[in-house]
Amino acid sequence: MSRREGVQNVLILIAAVLILWQGVYWLVGNVALTSPVETLLKLGALLSTDWFWGDVLESLRAMTIASLIVAVAGALIGIILGLHRLSADVAEPIIVTLYSIPKVTLYPIVLLIFGLTASARIAFGVMHGVLPLTLFTMAAIQNVSPVLVRSALVMHLTRREIVRRVVVPAALPGIVTGLRIGVSVTILGVLLGEMFASKKGLGFRLMNGIQNNDAPTIMAIAVLLSAFALTVNSLLLLLAVRQRTRVAP
Amino acid sequence: MSRAGWIRLIVIAAAVAALELACRLGLIDRFTVIPPSEMAMALAEVATSPGLVAEIAASLANIAIAVMSATVAGVAVGIALHRLQRIRRIVDPLLSSYYALPLFAFYPFFIVLFGVGAVPIVIMGFLAGLAVMVLATLDGLDAIPRVLLKVAKMHQLGAVATALRVQLPAAAPHVLSGVKLAIAYGFIGVIASEFILSGHGLGFAVGYAYNSFDTRTMYGLILFIVLMVIALNLVLHAWDRRLRLRRSRLAGPP
Repeated sequence: MSRREGVQNVLILIAAVLILWQGVYWLVGNVALTSPVETLLKLGALLSTDWFWGDVLESLRAMTIASLIVAVAGALIGIILGLHRLSADVAEPIIVTLYSIPKVTLYPIVLLIFGLTASARIAFGVMHGVLPLTLFTMAAIQNVSPVLVRSALVMHLTRREIVRRVVVPAALPGIVTGLRIGVSVTILGVLLGEMFASKKGLGFRLMNGIQNNDAPTIMAIAVLLSAFALTVNSLLLLLAVRQRTRVAP
Repeated sequence: MSRAGWIRLIVIAAAVAALELACRLGLIDRFTVIPPSEMAMALAEVATSPGLVAEIAASLANIAIAVMSATVAGVAVGIALHRLQRIRRIVDPLLSSYYALPLFAFYPFFIVLFGVGAVPIVIMGFLAGLAVMVLATLDGLDAIPRVLLKVAKMHQLGAVATALRVQLPAAAPHVLSGVKLAIAYGFIGVIASEFILSGHGLGFAVGYAYNSFDTRTMYGLILFIVLMVIALNLVLHAWDRRLRLRRSRLAGPP
């Protein structure tokens, strides 16, 4: 598939979603649904108020801090475990099991530890994101071709140099893919944290919308969050593609 | 058991023992975390209380409906997209970035539309499992050996007969692997929705215990859900391994 066709397909997809949305709007009527144009206007109106920006920045801050913690902790743990075969064998099933648990059920524990603070929402986001990044990093490190390590040994590189200059760069495409998935679920985790027992952030505004029966605000925020998450995802996807072509031209 | 397995067991036992000790010595206060031994006792109390059985039944019913509808819809969409390759290429970016979407941002919207109750919860479970079913069906249909389709053509089977007698059976192992993931995702979708806002189900019960400062019941419930998910995953994992074995046998020697 050529690059031009790819761009074309995305544009067609966006147009199709908008047409479908408008069609459903005409069918259901404006009781609970707003049309695409109305939603964008509502979003514009929300973005011109100070209180809404307060919530946007609150969410953005929590998501950014959580993502940074995920990136550093997940990559470090993954690299350390990936370099040691036995540790990886011991840890992997534990991490996979933890990953499969619905994290929401653990949120009350996080709330009891951190209280109703931004720290609790950040910690909850980190819980979501750190496990997939660790798993991906671990697998990427283990899959580095032994030939590369052997040639580095032949060149008398020290163990530290091998890790820093050979193993980690070779594993980078896999790590970036893990980062993309990790950041996506971190965003979701912070949002979930805001939706339960919080008085700040976009998640809180969404839940507030239920109480006020305010569908236009809910839709505007849901669209904003989706656009944000998709943008972050696409940027990290682009980075992963770049990495892959750099490693194997 | 392998060496890694034994070490794993020791690591987990040590972690539980350390938590027990920290709680008993008062390093962690009882309002935050209760000792694991008390969690186990709370679990026994919770599991035998009649109130919980109703919540479990409510959650499992929601999960079952969500997963079944996601499976049917996912397979149907998968087959349709496989037929219409042009549309498949257009929808592809949506499928590959589907799980990057913050799905729960749409939960309040469904509540406003359908009211607080089972319907928005089932929809969330359905949406959580849908994309993975579509992707699994497409994978399965892509992996069918050309030979099988040629045989179908030789026997002059029509499009419907080919789909029912050749394509679906050949793609079945992939589709069932998808069902495995759909169950896991549907579980998360349903429990999380119940937790955020609802009046029934396991997720609701945990949130309710938290809000009424009933730490003991809360830990009992959390332990129950965690053990249930681990058991479910073990069963699904074993099932998936059997499917893989069957698939490799079907493919025959290379």
